[in-house]
Amino acid sequence: MSDLIRKNASELVELLNNGNVSSVEVTQAHLDRSAAVDGAVHSYLYQNPETALATAANIDRRRAAGEKLHLLAGLPIAVKDNLTTTDAPTTSGSKILEGWVPPYDATVVSKLREAGMPILGKTNLDEFAMGSSTEFSAYGASHNPWDLDRIPGGSGGGSSSVVASFQAPLAIGSDTGGSIRFPASVTGTVGIKPTYGAVSRYGLIALASSLDQIGPVSRNVLDSALLQDVIAGHDPHDSTSLPESLGSMAEAARKLDVKGMRVGVIKELMGEGFQPGVMARFNESLNLLQQAGAEIVEVSCPNFEYAIAAYYLILPAEASSNLAKFDSVRFGLRVAPEGNPTIERVMAATREAGFGPEVKRRIILGTYALSSGSYEKYYGAALKVRTLIQRDFDAAFAKADVLVSPTAPTTAFKLGEKLDDPLAMYLNDIATIPANLAGIPGMSIPNGLAEEDGLPVGIQILAPAREDARLYQVGGALEKMHEEIWGKRMIDFAPELEVRG
Amino acid sequence: MSEITPDLVRHLAGLSRILVTDQEVEQFAEQLSLIADSVATVSAAIEGGHVPATSHPIPMANVFREDIVEPSLTQEQALSGAPDSGDGRFRVAAILDEE
Repeated sequence: MSDLIRKNASELVELLNNGNVSSVEVTQAHLDRSAAVDGAVHSYLYQNPETALATAANIDRRRAAGEKLHLLAGLPIAVKDNLTTTDAPTTSGSKILEGWVPPYDATVVSKLREAGMPILGKTNLDEFAMGSSTEFSAYGASHNPWDLDRIPGGSGGGSSSVVASFQAPLAIGSDTGGSIRFPASVTGTVGIKPTYGAVSRYGLIALASSLDQIGPVSRNVLDSALLQDVIAGHDPHDSTSLPESLGSMAEAARKLDVKGMRVGVIKELMGEGFQPGVMARFNESLNLLQQAGAEIVEVSCPNFEYAIAAYYLILPAEASSNLAKFDSVRFGLRVAPEGNPTIERVMAATREAGFGPEVKRRIILGTYALSSGSYEKYYGAALKVRTLIQRDFDAAFAKADVLVSPTAPTTAFKLGEKLDDPLAMYLNDIATIPANLAGIPGMSIPNGLAEEDGLPVGIQILAPAREDARLYQVGGALEKMHEEIWGKRMIDFAPELEVRG
Repeated sequence: MSEITPDLVRHLAGLSRILVTDQEVEQFAEQLSLIADSVATVSAAIEGGHVPATSHPIPMANVFREDIVEPSLTQEQALSGAPDSGDGRFRVAAILDEE
């Protein structure tokens, strides 16, 4: 197996720009890796080696001709399958979109193409990104490269496992309540949910429009920073897109300095319910930050207690509306019952056949939350809780420059363990959901292995809206301190996967 | 407790245009009752005090773009994913039944 696949994206960028390695070599090395391990990991729903290699060859030709290229030109990437691509089927993990090839590219995909980054394939996810394990994908679960019997997190378990198994140096994810950060935490990788609006959502198949945000997935902080710098920016096609630039994330990631920064520890997101190994690593990281000159302060966010409840009303409400577009008319599946059915009966039969159980549960729940008898009690109240959570963050950020918590209460659980218990599954996102409700940016980076099971643990860093750079500054500094202690990167602790010849 | 009855699930599934089997109705009623009980705590959070609602995390208003013509999908592209089409239109089953 080529040693190119184990390199950080930033190292590959340097090799590509210096002409020490071609994009075709880098792309082929990753495709070979997928051929060897993806049968077991199942990160990808679709790969087309020819189109990836054609993009790579084109970049190599342009580089040889002396053309000025984007910094990341030639660096291959994997894309979550809820972003539209004109040259690959886009299913969002659902049978209702099986085989659908969209007529337009997502803005993020267009930006990757403009930068000259070969797209290795489309990664697996829970159906319409509803889930924390990829087990609700209509095409089968992805597996955690650290232990194939365990979940890679969700919904973006395809994107987390693809970088954790060295099938791609970078991946695109989307995060509605933790779908980038939770998978990062359980696979020993890095994931960032940028500020709401920092990255265009045009061409992202919407789950909950006021919560969804696209972001980078990688094996280290600088690599994600380089990717956020490619995909961020205003887009007239997304009316919620922020008009202003948030600056260079790569520059922030290279500062490696937290001296004088105030780091707030969220009292409500630790202790009870959090695995001992998760808390031990978290406290260790706090000590490192303190030793590096950061000031640790405790903050309280009392309304976080209601965050999951508010989230599981707002999300289903928005999802029930967004998913109404899957009506058997304009795209996707159509199932016609026998006889001369009306369009309403065709719709109902199509949605019965095309949606999986979690999607049906959430659509029905959302319809309930929005129905006239329960609107004020449920949806209306949830929107008010959202205000309270924003106020909690405002008060916390008055005392601290960034906030930290464990990313998730536990390490990766076993496939099947929580599949029949929706409420237990929802609790995985207890620490990540508040950021989506408030629109603020959040990052998860690996901070060690839990003693009790030897599995990776993540620490979450949160910053005020538009201050994404702070995440990269603190994350980069903490990552460097960890790696100095470990003597290697977190991903280098992962067991070797069995390679198919 | 258990305010989501099987009949309510059937009604909501009908509103959502999703056919459901009897087995699904039973299962969803049980699961959604638990979830509904759990999310009902939002009411407790806002008791005794006026709290404005937040529907969008980053406030924005009147977002316009320049009024210039941009390329858009051709009719063929727009119809490319349709299960059925004809004469440049989406073809669907009868809107009204025979009664």
